[in-house]
Amino acid sequence: MPKQLNLLWLQSGGCGGCTMSLLNAEQPNIFDAFKNSHINLLWHASLSANPSNNFTQIIDDITSNKIQLDILCVEGAAVTGPDGTGGFHMVSGMDIPMMTLIEQLAQKSRYTLAIGSCTAYGGMTRSNKNQTDVKGLQYIAEQKGGLLGSDYLSKSDMPVINIAGCPAHPEWILHTIQAIALDKFDTNEIDTVQRPKFYTEHLAHHACPKNEYYEYKASAAKPGQAGCLMENLGCKATQAAADCNIRLWNGYGSCPKAGYACINCTAPGFEEPGHAFCQTPKLAGIPIGLPTDMPKAWFIALSSLSKAATPERIKTNARSETIKISPDMAKNKVNAKTKK
Amino acid sequence: MTRKISLGPLNRVEGDLDIQLSLDENEQYIESAQVKSTLYRGFENLLTGKAVMDALAITPRVCGICSISQSVAAAKAIADFAQIPMAANGQRVTNILLASEMVADILTHFYLFFMPDFANPAYSNKAWSEEINVNFTAVSGNQHGAMLKARAEFLHVMGILAGKWPHSMVFQPGGVSKTVSMSEQLKLLGIIANFKSYLEQVVFGDKLETISNIANQAELENWQQSHPFNHSNFSMFLGISQSLNLPGFGASSGQLLAFPAFEQENSHYYQGGAFLDNQVQALATNNIIEHHKFAKLYGEQSSPVNGFTQPDINKADAYTWCKAPRYNSKVMETGSLARQFINGDSLAQSLVSNTGTNIHNRMVLRLVELAKLTLQIERWIKDIEPKNTFCNQVELPKEGQGIGLSEAARGSLGHWMTVENGKISNYQLVAPTSWNFSPRDNQGVSGALEQSLAKLPYQSEQDKQMLQHIIRSFDPCMLCTVH
Repeated sequence: MPKQLNLLWLQSGGCGGCTMSLLNAEQPNIFDAFKNSHINLLWHASLSANPSNNFTQIIDDITSNKIQLDILCVEGAAVTGPDGTGGFHMVSGMDIPMMTLIEQLAQKSRYTLAIGSCTAYGGMTRSNKNQTDVKGLQYIAEQKGGLLGSDYLSKSDMPVINIAGCPAHPEWILHTIQAIALDKFDTNEIDTVQRPKFYTEHLAHHACPKNEYYEYKASAAKPGQAGCLMENLGCKATQAAADCNIRLWNGYGSCPKAGYACINCTAPGFEEPGHAFCQTPKLAGIPIGLPTDMPKAWFIALSSLSKAATPERIKTNARSETIKISPDMAKNKVNAKTKK
Repeated sequence: MTRKISLGPLNRVEGDLDIQLSLDENEQYIESAQVKSTLYRGFENLLTGKAVMDALAITPRVCGICSISQSVAAAKAIADFAQIPMAANGQRVTNILLASEMVADILTHFYLFFMPDFANPAYSNKAWSEEINVNFTAVSGNQHGAMLKARAEFLHVMGILAGKWPHSMVFQPGGVSKTVSMSEQLKLLGIIANFKSYLEQVVFGDKLETISNIANQAELENWQQSHPFNHSNFSMFLGISQSLNLPGFGASSGQLLAFPAFEQENSHYYQGGAFLDNQVQALATNNIIEHHKFAKLYGEQSSPVNGFTQPDINKADAYTWCKAPRYNSKVMETGSLARQFINGDSLAQSLVSNTGTNIHNRMVLRLVELAKLTLQIERWIKDIEPKNTFCNQVELPKEGQGIGLSEAARGSLGHWMTVENGKISNYQLVAPTSWNFSPRDNQGVSGALEQSLAKLPYQSEQDKQMLQHIIRSFDPCMLCTVH
């Protein structure tokens, strides 16, 4: 029988949404996925049968090396306030700060996974001056360090694996765990801010169904309109490292597909964009946050060219809730014009 | 000398929960209980100084379990502040999404949180023990795979209409940012059709219409008698409930609160109100005051209209981060039972007037609500008019206040927002479990759960297990509670 991998899941300064997202996993569901990968769930507060007195026993067994902790999943930022005491989040029934427990277990785990952007970088709980002094496990926003320090390596010589996203997609979490179980996950698999490359080597923009509107910068001005959300409504999909529009959420969805902006929730510091989330900041009428690796002058030149060339169909539909001119109507119109 | 026992960390609830019991000197029964919420994030303060519409990005992240209800309350608070009506299609889509979150929650709660407590050695002498172990043991129970599959496929509704779940920003004060085509409408009906067959075959073993039409306690008992224990998961629950006398446990004060929810043209699907002094009264939100005495927060008390949340970690006597909300100074219970009772639902009225608030009634009414809401979701989908607008556009004033009320799966949720110079200057939210799991108020009166645990025996393993059933019968969400 293949070796069982022990997984323990802790929750701290987050919202529990990544666990909810994980329960959305399909083909297979989370319990079957764990079973198939020989994952033994030592503890997850939302799912475990264990009566609570088993929890302290499990912790003791890990810290005294009686049980090997293969995978430590932490969901939620480490709360270090007030004044570095961690008193804003005490472990129920144990009377120690959760941050201390995370530190202890991270010294024992073979792999340490930060589930969601708060755990990775602080996330929404860090926003607005970080009043509860939360830290990501190895970052505070873009700054390296975090709770465990920039030099931290788990027992397998890996830094924290940041499964960033708000929430994380169920497959981003499961595929990382499954790859670890197959011994296929090493430092080559993570990007510069320690996220699994398999989902961050794409942009959220890739496969966006609004791509034709984007090509012509035919933009929606208000929520509900069909056009591209980048110029006015705050969409950062052209900068956001994630495969949302390829992989899709809950079978069918993505933020732009439902008509609202990608807010780049997989990025460190997404919670403080420096502007209203759904409003594109502009300088002299030109959006500030352009695609990361495109020279600005080229972008502006191409945009003005494509805007000038925008077909009537796209211009009209972009500012409408329903398709006013369908491609076949447009084609007939052009044919009629040519015949004249 | 009383002995104090901690039940924490209490698993299979949403978020961090500890409960401290004080036993009598002979350690035979519980003298009193203290419900402790152990995580403070200060979400209300994260909104101060932000743009008004940012509430739609920040508040869903209060809670990944009740994310849509937070979004709905925020959108309503902004709509109230800006005084704009919601487009009819926007109402329908919002209602479908909020109801879908509730439906998914009821399933998660029943299968993953509540039922596994009966797969426990304390019940090894019961005739149903083995069957329940096989079906409902946490993580490995036979029922979980089918439930998770049905739930995930049902939540494709979220993929189509909300983009993702949790943490969608489709919700707008004037409606939703998603428009729905006729083809999507038909796809949604297909998803519901599949989900209905799971509910009818596995959960209830009967047509949803039949379950929804059970009109009183006698009809429920007739239904139970005409179906064997292992007919469906619903009949298994009814059998266990009878065997353990679950109607006899978990009573709260019986004062009930519900906010209006699921706005339809000129009406609400749930009208909301307060059940006090044996009558349902119209809701008046200015009756809501939050008491701070036993919360590790500054101040004595505050109204959510101009409330404040500032940590005071060393405050004497304080034992939780949760404030104690009171309505007309009274302890209230909120949730599925409360909103159906207040809405005049005949089964809820019959059950509650016969046996009060208890584990059995909370669970039965939650499951029946699952059937009713699923049918209602189907109606709302059919009502969508793809050619009409989904979102009224909004002009925001620079100053003012807005109140956003809704129901979440667990009960009444309210957001109170103040805007100055175009920015949010104060934001307060009062969540369902803040009511149900509140600490003592400034008069020393316990909240609903603390009341329902006091004076219970604490000797046998079955006594101890009963506490777990009572606690989970409220379906607590600790993340919303403190926020």
